[in-house]
Amino acid sequence: MENTLIITVENCNFYYGTYRALTDVTMGFERNRVTALIGPSGCGKSTLLRLLNRMNDLIDNTRVEGRIFFEGTDIYGKEVDPVEIRRRIGMVFQKPNPFPKSIYNNITYGPRLMGVKKKSDLEALVEESLKQAVLWDEVKDILGRSAMTLSGGQQQRLCIARALAMKPDVLLMDEPTSALDPISTAKIEELIEALKKELTIIIVTHNMQQAARISDRTGFFYLGRLIEYDDTAKIFTNPQVKQTEDYITGRFG
Amino acid sequence: MTADPFRITLRRRYRSERIFFLTLRLAVLLIGLVMLAIFGYIFANGYRAISWEFLTTPPSDSMTKGGIMPAIVGTFYLTVGAVAFALPIGVACAVYLTEYARQGTFVRLLRIGINCLAGVPSVVFGLFGLGFFVVFLKFGSSILSGALTLGALILPTIITAAEEAIKAVPQTFREASLALGVSKWRTVSRIVLPTALPGILTGSILGIGRAAGETAPIMFTAAAFFTARLPSSIFDEVMALPYHVYVLATAGTAIEETRPLQYGTVLVLAALVAGINLFAVLIRGYMRRGKRW
Ligand SMILES: Nc1ncnc2c1ncn2[C@@H]1O[C@H](COP(=O)(O)OP(=O)(O)O)[C@@H](O)[C@H]1O
Ligand SMILES: [Mg+2]
Repeated sequence: MENTLIITVENCNFYYGTYRALTDVTMGFERNRVTALIGPSGCGKSTLLRLLNRMNDLIDNTRVEGRIFFEGTDIYGKEVDPVEIRRRIGMVFQKPNPFPKSIYNNITYGPRLMGVKKKSDLEALVEESLKQAVLWDEVKDILGRSAMTLSGGQQQRLCIARALAMKPDVLLMDEPTSALDPISTAKIEELIEALKKELTIIIVTHNMQQAARISDRTGFFYLGRLIEYDDTAKIFTNPQVKQTEDYITGRFG
Repeated sequence: MTADPFRITLRRRYRSERIFFLTLRLAVLLIGLVMLAIFGYIFANGYRAISWEFLTTPPSDSMTKGGIMPAIVGTFYLTVGAVAFALPIGVACAVYLTEYARQGTFVRLLRIGINCLAGVPSVVFGLFGLGFFVVFLKFGSSILSGALTLGALILPTIITAAEEAIKAVPQTFREASLALGVSKWRTVSRIVLPTALPGILTGSILGIGRAAGETAPIMFTAAAFFTARLPSSIFDEVMALPYHVYVLATAGTAIEETRPLQYGTVLVLAALVAGINLFAVLIRGYMRRGKRW
């Protein structure tokens, strides 16, 4: 059981100033699975996600209690470099945020800084990442063009490709399709399905059908607490807690 | 037809709006006219003095004849030197203030100080330059001292402009880079600064114009009354356009006779500043290609 969990969160509290956004969260994330985090907005889903790759460090005046282990290392331990954590735990944001650079340079930006220099290596990486993100066929002839000229859905897939080019072990996705049209959304769901062979995906979503379609495990959050966490099929067919049932049947939220 | 109160208020509002816009238009027109008058006046009085010889020879006959070439060269060196000094330091300062410093009382005080510095009369900078660069650091009256003094003068402008430009870089760009496992310093140097650079240049353009045009800061630190030869090192004194105008217009024996030379010099100075600005605008446009977000 132990080594199937790539990340474990133990008794975590999180504070923005004096406001407690997460209360006593304990959960484990399984390797090579898709875990969905659902719950009404403001319940702390993004906060938890950003705790996992230490993005919350960037916000002043915040505090973490409890422990989070990634492959057995306490990521909030003193000797841990958050930069290294973020390299191994990638992130895709709600709004596509490509750099104002070419498509090619968006993807090679990270790997170059990691020391990948050879042109052929970089080109192979670009092709591989774009294929994984189901974007290759659309952009293979316009790699030199500014990423800003792509459509929203393409930009989001580019951001996914950019994250994948760093070869992360985990990919965090914060409502990656909430700003996209149905076709782009379908493409991203499809690529998530394919990706889980290679890495672990933790996705926040507002869309319950999406959670049901793509995830293996689902955690339901409410007011900063993890209310219920189980196999997705179970959460959606036979929830154990009344709040979960109310939420997935649309009775609140 | 009965009086419709709604109609009446509407009409009243249109009228006040029209008056408001008319006032704005008049203000713009007035500014335009003043600008046109100044440039027209300078041009009308100065263009006859301009010739190839005027631009390429040093003054002669106790500066009542000849050209202004050493002053053009001097102003060019001083301005470029000032920017070369102030731009890196100003940008570094802005990066520190916006990206690294903990926003608190200390940073607030620092900002107030910088804003005060921007309002300090330029002659104060001139005296500072004399005391510090010329005498204390023993740079003498030289291009180096003058450029450093002018640099100090435009530093607040550049810091403020750079801060604005850096703050305008979307937070999402920083997040995207940091989330890839790129360090903060590299995020700043590879993403934030390149994105902010066009904006930084825009702000610096103001500084360039100011550095080229100021007289007081270079009077004690760099400017020579007259020297026919061109500087051979940064420790040489130089002539400078604004100071040359000042000298011709106040200190010569033939103030009236040299009026055309004075206007000619002013025209060249205005053209030089316009030229440097144009250059900066062109680089900015070039750098902005494909960088809209
Ligand atoms: N930077 C912040 N500063 C202060 N409070 C925040 C910040 N970000 C989020 N919060 C608060 O924390 C709570 C959880 O937010 P979030 O994790 O974004 O919720 P979710 O992603 O589930 O919608 C909300 O009440 C929100 O207002
Ligand atoms: Mg959120």
